[in-house]
Amino acid sequence: MKRRALLGAAIAVAAIAIDAIALASGAIAQQPPIKIGMSMAQTGGLAGAGKASLLGIQIWADELNAKGGLLGRKVELVVYDDKSTAAETPAIYAKLLDVDKVDLLFAPYATVPTAPLLPLAKQRELLLMGNFSFQVNSKVKHDMWFNNAPWGPADSWAASFLELGQKAGGKRIALLAADQEFAQNLALTAREVAKTRNMQIVFDQAYPPNTVEFSSIIRALSATKPDIVYVASYPPDSAGILRAVNEIGVGDNVKIFGGAMVGLQFAAVMENLGSLLNGVVNYNTWLPEPSMYFEGTKAFFETYAKRAVEAKVDPLGYYIAPYGYAMGQMVEQAVNATKSLDQKAIAKYLHANEHKTIVGPIAYSPDGEWKETATLQAQFRGVKDKNVEQFRSAGRQVILFPEKLKTGDLISPFEAARN
Amino acid sequence: MFSFDLLLGAIVLGTLLGCFYAAVSIGLSVSFGLLDVPHVAHPAFLVLASYGVYLLNDRYEVDPLLAGLLITPLFFLLGLFVYRLYHETFERRGTDAAVRGIAFFFGVAFIVEVLIVLQFGVDQRSVTASYIGRSWRIGDLRIPIRQLVAFAVALSLTILLTLYLSKTFMGRAIRAVAQDQEALRLMGANPVRVKQWAFGIATAVLGIAGALLIIVAPVEPMLDRAYIGRTFCVVVLAGLGSMTGTLIAGIILGVAESIVLTMFGASWAPAIAFAMLLGVLAVRPQGLLGRRL
Repeated sequence: MKRRALLGAAIAVAAIAIDAIALASGAIAQQPPIKIGMSMAQTGGLAGAGKASLLGIQIWADELNAKGGLLGRKVELVVYDDKSTAAETPAIYAKLLDVDKVDLLFAPYATVPTAPLLPLAKQRELLLMGNFSFQVNSKVKHDMWFNNAPWGPADSWAASFLELGQKAGGKRIALLAADQEFAQNLALTAREVAKTRNMQIVFDQAYPPNTVEFSSIIRALSATKPDIVYVASYPPDSAGILRAVNEIGVGDNVKIFGGAMVGLQFAAVMENLGSLLNGVVNYNTWLPEPSMYFEGTKAFFETYAKRAVEAKVDPLGYYIAPYGYAMGQMVEQAVNATKSLDQKAIAKYLHANEHKTIVGPIAYSPDGEWKETATLQAQFRGVKDKNVEQFRSAGRQVILFPEKLKTGDLISPFEAARN
Repeated sequence: MFSFDLLLGAIVLGTLLGCFYAAVSIGLSVSFGLLDVPHVAHPAFLVLASYGVYLLNDRYEVDPLLAGLLITPLFFLLGLFVYRLYHETFERRGTDAAVRGIAFFFGVAFIVEVLIVLQFGVDQRSVTASYIGRSWRIGDLRIPIRQLVAFAVALSLTILLTLYLSKTFMGRAIRAVAQDQEALRLMGANPVRVKQWAFGIATAVLGIAGALLIIVAPVEPMLDRAYIGRTFCVVVLAGLGSMTGTLIAGIILGVAESIVLTMFGASWAPAIAFAMLLGVLAVRPQGLLGRRL
């Protein structure tokens, strides 16, 4: 009888213990996820890069959740399509904050949709991780803004290109820029850099959005006989400009052509333009050159290549996708280090430390931009028509700048580099 | 700094560009100009045709112009279907059909955009052909061959449509329905059928025009928005329903744009083109070759 009573007691204790363990594990499982909210261009003119950026962020979140999440909680992305317009983003972010109650915010892709969010973030003292914006915080001066883009100081983009041109013997600059904020900002810095370097601007034009044909503009440009041609254009225009250059010609004097042509970073555009790209020196953010691989970079692109097919996004994804992943890595490191979701603490950590990411180490200056520019200037070489796979190999876009990532020297003049 | 060479180049390149504008607008000249259908989905169908051409060129290496011809029958059927839908749901129901029709066609345009995004993604697409990326040199002037193709096709389309509308029975019926629908009904003809046929032709023409669009520049799903203003501008400037006027208006617009781009600065180009439209309409409200109002 006594033994049966002891056995019964033991079973009861074991049952209670099992219940307690189950209850505890249930409590962990029921912990709400950490919500990260953002809008992203999934339709409209910015959608090509927006979708690739989102895929990079999703890969980070999926890998993190597979490892157990952040602070023992899963990470959930709350994403809305901002249709590539600034008109949509304030309402979306108000909803993310007040209805979805997200814990952290990522900014949308690109400058224009992000610009209206800075005052909101500053007013509510929110951490905002930027996503390839250009100088949106220069006037707002929000101290919890971290732009996830390698631009660095405002003038570094134009300065690196014009320096390459000047070293090649160029003095006369032609500036051709889209009549939109981002391109005009770049043109403005190019004018300032040209002035400080005593270089003469012989052609300076802003073309309107929706320009169909660039033959007339290129003819007018080449008539001024420039030897450096700095172009700040958007995707459909970049293709039109290169076609016109190929057909009309830009002049034998030109030492260097390109600079800030958006679109030449995307697989579909590069495949379509093929050999027309040869010789062009243009900005980029990541390229499959030996100097660009860091811990996790190769694995990321293996995963990306598989998922890009299903997601119908840019099959290469060099331009922005790894930065989406890197943005997640920075937040992950900051949350783990501070062991909290306190936005001020995370911001303080992000300012104070250098962060290891798949795009290299990232450190921030007080204005929320990268301390040092890592914007690449690379020259297209040996590109053949209709072959997207060629861009996966090193040597198709040789890095000329910055010095620490450089993989070759400029071939000049432009006409010689095209062959 | 004035240069005669630059001006000459601007006129030549502008004429070719204008022919391209005429080619992408001529279908609208039938649907809006003759039939009074507020077809704001015209540029969306144009972009859809470009994607059809892209598909045939990319997968089967069909020449873009031939691909445009091949999809023409499909676009004719699409036109028949869309007009019937528009007629049954809007036109038949009242006098404010045109106003409500704009909403209908905007809806159609959005659906077309979304379908293209779902099928092809948001990236730019372009085609390859021997005449793309090459130029013809005359002295100092280099003329892109793709623009010469656009010029030839625009000219052919204008001649063919003008002949069709003036020499064939159905063509004359289309002009008749544009002038007096009730009179046509009293003659025992069915104006709705005639309009449906005409709308089919207006849409079929987009097969070729779509080929030109993707030959001249890469396309992306939302490109139609850039062409709404331009195509309506050409059709109104031409005078509603005039095929020859469409060609002339396209050329005027193209030359004006090209001269401004070359000689005065690119920022002014759209303002000059639309200011010219307003100027012409102030003097001739019926447009260049339109019926007197």
